[in-house]
Amino acid sequence: MIPRKYKERAIEGVFLSFASISLVVLLFIMLFLFREGLPIFRVIGPLEFLFGKSWYPTYEPPEFGILPLIMGSLFITVGAIVVAIPLGLASAIYLAEIAHPRIREWVKPAIELLAGVPSVIYGFFGLLVLAPFIQDLFNLPTGLTALTASLLLGIMATPTVISISEDALNSVPGSYREASLALGATRWQTTIRVVVPAALSGISTACILGMARAIEETMAVLMVAGGATLIPTSFLQPVRPLTATIIAEMGEAIHGSPHFHALFAIGVVLFFITLGLNLLADFLTHRFKETGSGTL
Amino acid sequence: MVKEDLKIIVEDLDFFYGGLKALDGVNIQIPERKVTALIGPSGCGKSTFLRVLNRMNDLIPGTRLEGKVLIDGHDIYADNIDVVELRKKIGMVFQKSNPFPKSIFDNVAYGLRIHGSKDRVILAEIVEESLKRAALWDEVKDDLKRSAMELSGGQQQRLCIARALATGPEILLMDEPASALDPISTAKIEELIREFKEHYTIVIVTHNMQQAARVSDYTALFYLGKLIEFNVTEEVFTRPSEKQTEDYITGRFG
Ligand SMILES: Nc1ncnc2c1ncn2[C@@H]1O[C@H](COP(=O)(O)OP(=O)(O)O)[C@@H](O)[C@H]1O
Ligand SMILES: [Mg+2]
Repeated sequence: MIPRKYKERAIEGVFLSFASISLVVLLFIMLFLFREGLPIFRVIGPLEFLFGKSWYPTYEPPEFGILPLIMGSLFITVGAIVVAIPLGLASAIYLAEIAHPRIREWVKPAIELLAGVPSVIYGFFGLLVLAPFIQDLFNLPTGLTALTASLLLGIMATPTVISISEDALNSVPGSYREASLALGATRWQTTIRVVVPAALSGISTACILGMARAIEETMAVLMVAGGATLIPTSFLQPVRPLTATIIAEMGEAIHGSPHFHALFAIGVVLFFITLGLNLLADFLTHRFKETGSGTL
Repeated sequence: MVKEDLKIIVEDLDFFYGGLKALDGVNIQIPERKVTALIGPSGCGKSTFLRVLNRMNDLIPGTRLEGKVLIDGHDIYADNIDVVELRKKIGMVFQKSNPFPKSIFDNVAYGLRIHGSKDRVILAEIVEESLKRAALWDEVKDDLKRSAMELSGGQQQRLCIARALATGPEILLMDEPASALDPISTAKIEELIREFKEHYTIVIVTHNMQQAARVSDYTALFYLGKLIEFNVTEEVFTRPSEKQTEDYITGRFG
């Protein structure tokens, strides 16, 4: 028999190598992204790139300012959050604290299923239902606007927010609820003042991940955001967010051209935004874990 | 038998969890401003009985109650009873300490705040008073903003006691409040219970017989959902009138 000690070492080794492989692959993707993206800065300075007001990559001379794209992403992400967080949180509270267990048993998996629906399907829904509705409602020349994209992304991010927040609410110990009720609190007071604050780290993680979902989303926004590369001043204008730009233009950009490198550089920007959001989610998760939250 | 002023009167109480009869024909008269200990083997219905008194069992689906529970002469299961008011009058301390993940101050102020107190001066006064009564003030007064989760187990339980005292209850229900604590913390809690007698009617579940003997004036022995014996503690421990009581306190079962 092989001694137990070696067996455990061997198992550890296997897992370690799998973990390292995925890390290495990730590292390569990053290196590739940077290698293809950074050369744009031979053509244009980083500040000009980030804050330049026009994106005309195919003009002569081309302009590579991505501010309109950043603003497009910002608009629809903020819009999506305004939709997804209240909707997701309210649904999570309903599921965790109010709904009959039998209802929860059905609804929770259904919502998780919604989170897995391919975004093209959402895109079709946005194109065929949401866009005409917005167009009629506001009497616009086109229904493909920042608002349409926001609503659609909000709907798409809601399942993520619900699912993670509900888990967080559910993991609040029942003894907190008992303590609150025994002090004469109503169920509602207990939910708002004890359960939600106790779940705050999980809930804020849910919101950040929902936000990340909105920023990263590509297909659906490409279909409904309208695609104008102007700095938006209203939600009723068409916009073109970062992700949609990459996918829309990658096909036409000549390999190795400044346009090509600029698209990769947009990828680098997205990489840092997502990294930042994940770090924030991580920070919030730990921030509240030890000490609990303050009073709401 | 009991000549004191009566705080709680229970008549022909049956309690059911679905089909399970957890309390069976309980009649008991609990005197005001005394400590009444509930003893008996595990699963005999002590916690269930305690939770009948502040209607915490209402929260468990499928439960049913028959009989009468009178507090200060009012049937607390009558239709016109406001459960929130009732629970304000009755503080509860649980077996496992369960402070909220909030600051020490916010824990103690919680009950006051949900009942509408906003005045910071008054809140601060009552928080201090409650922490003093629970013998925790000296240990925490320097930093009331600290999270309650950083306190030791014994301190957390005293914080829970302070939290229960803050709303000014008349009755304190304690479900094995010291069972998870070390001997020193246990002694502190017992000391508190003896001091509280002057102000509160206390009903305490314990399965530590010495503890019942040390802290209580009256003792009730439950067995299989029935109240077997209820009398002055000394009598129960020295001259039990029932065979089952004698068997239990001498450790022959339970
Ligand atoms: N929430 C509940 N649902 C169903 N049965 C319960 C519940 N709580 C307690 N019981 C049952 O009621 C009986 C009395 O329990 P309990 O009052 O907790 O006893 P004790 O506190 O004396 O140990 C036990 O048989 C127990 O299994
Ligand atoms: Mg018990």
